[in-house]
Amino acid sequence: MLQFLLARTVQIPIVLLGVSVLVFGMLHLSGDPVHYMLGSDATADQIHQLRAEFGLDRPLYTQFAQFLGQLASGNFGISIRFRQPALGLVLDRLPATLTLTLAAMAIAVMTAIPLGVLAAVRRGTAYDHALMASTLVSQSMPSFWLGIMLILVFPVKLGVLYTGGWSGFRDWGHLVLPSLTLASFISARLIRLVRSSVTETLRQEYMRTAEAKGLAGHRAVLKHGLRNALIPITTLVGMDLGLLLGGATVTETIFAYPGMGQLVLQSVIARDYPIVQATVLVVAALYSAVTLMVDATYVVLDPRVRRG
Amino acid sequence: MGSPSRLEGAGRLLDAAAAGTPASGAFHHGGAISLRRLAKNWKGVAGGAILGLVVVVIVGAPLWWPEDPLKVTLRDTLMPPLSQGAAGYHLLGTDPLGRDLLARVISGGRVSLLIGFLAVAVSAPLGLVAGVVSGFFGGRLDSILMRVVDTQAAIPFILLAVAFVAVLGPSARNVVIVLGIAGWITFGRVARAEALVLRECEYVEAARALGASAARIIAVHLLPGAVSSAIVIGTFSVGQMIVLESTLSFFGLGVQPPTASWGNIMSAGRPYLDTAPWITTFPGVALLVTVLGVNLVGEWLGGASSPHAR
Repeated sequence: MLQFLLARTVQIPIVLLGVSVLVFGMLHLSGDPVHYMLGSDATADQIHQLRAEFGLDRPLYTQFAQFLGQLASGNFGISIRFRQPALGLVLDRLPATLTLTLAAMAIAVMTAIPLGVLAAVRRGTAYDHALMASTLVSQSMPSFWLGIMLILVFPVKLGVLYTGGWSGFRDWGHLVLPSLTLASFISARLIRLVRSSVTETLRQEYMRTAEAKGLAGHRAVLKHGLRNALIPITTLVGMDLGLLLGGATVTETIFAYPGMGQLVLQSVIARDYPIVQATVLVVAALYSAVTLMVDATYVVLDPRVRRG
Repeated sequence: MGSPSRLEGAGRLLDAAAAGTPASGAFHHGGAISLRRLAKNWKGVAGGAILGLVVVVIVGAPLWWPEDPLKVTLRDTLMPPLSQGAAGYHLLGTDPLGRDLLARVISGGRVSLLIGFLAVAVSAPLGLVAGVVSGFFGGRLDSILMRVVDTQAAIPFILLAVAFVAVLGPSARNVVIVLGIAGWITFGRVARAEALVLRECEYVEAARALGASAARIIAVHLLPGAVSSAIVIGTFSVGQMIVLESTLSFFGLGVQPPTASWGNIMSAGRPYLDTAPWITTFPGVALLVTVLGVNLVGEWLGGASSPHAR
């Protein structure tokens, strides 16, 4: 088991190295990064200065080695717009994004598990059909549109909650609409997975045994059914964290929520590549860490992994 | 990651492949059409009907709604739905430049659908070939390709697309490239899994024993086997790509005005949410209905191959 987790841990730097190659390669894909960063109306002096500043006059492999060296020492470049270290700017926004992401995750999990378990138990009923139909509809709309529609209904028409912004942790009202929007991003898929995996475990032999032992229906479902269904659910929740971090980009921008996602979209428009690069790397690192945690929870949830 | 139900669909297919059932079961129906069968296939029927309607509305637009989506009429700005303007009748109202909203939703739909299909046309062959080759040869090639997949999977789809557009610049062509590159990994993973199963099949071993080259085995025996799963994933992908295109265009990173796309129409309407909510509402509804149709067809194709769904 330790070996398994160790092997997974070793993979993280490999993935991060891959991501650095990707972000480095992407910038050079555009041809000359200096043109990209300065735009078309840059003077020859500016181009020359920036090229020297970034060492762009040297061969590509030297540049890459230098780039990796800088990353290793925590230097992710200087934001062109803010003239400050890019990593610091991104990390400053991290708590807001994590708050939003975790709130959305909590909403999604807390609604998906009861709804999905009930659908599995009452398979084929009107409730089941209605729930499945609504998940299909919610999977078919872009989350930015849902966000706008929520803004239209609540703050604009009904005058409740906020169209956007954030006032720190003093007022949680700002978090309601963004986290609902973001939760919808994953809850439909989660509901369907809970339903199908609980259905699957309900068919297993041990469920019949539990029933034969006289364990009442709902207790058998909760004790055996749900626990075994938790393995695929945990996997999906872990994978969805990456999806949520991506979805936060959209949601934060719609609600003017000052997180990492909003920063990265503004930076794309402002041609501030160091910020884009730092965000991609931070998100990839977070995602890898979560994947490792998911692997570790298997060990807790499934004794077979422990032995295997 | 990917379209919400795509993984589930892929999982089902893997089950089907492992159990030896043909994943393309949806295509092998015989016998008379009965109400019961129709009821069982309601998703396919409903999805097909929705998509058929969308295509008829969009393609047939010159016949029934010949308004010009680019014609600016400043006397008719922000007119509500069902109003008679100086330059004609506006069923869905007008936008901030007095352009007919229905005409823009129709022409935007043409762009969005086309980009959705093209993006999948780029990502599906890329992923299929990479996945099958990787699964067939195994070894170092396989582990390198799988690390590439892991790397790409560690970056959320939308963030990757945004980063690519940041560098390439926003345009319809770049959206297709970006979505195509961002989307190949799902096809790659499933095609690889299929190839791993098929590689061990007797007919593949027989072909190998007869001296067939690796290229021939891949092209003749493995790729066709992976295609049926790719069709299901590809269907969901089209829906997902339409959503992503609209997201990119909404943020000004996709199709550029004055060319209409559902995303940039909604974006143009956003400052007028208070006074002219129809501008953001209608393109969203059009998108929702279209993607719902696509997803229903995908569910039907995927479900027909799964023993659980029966």
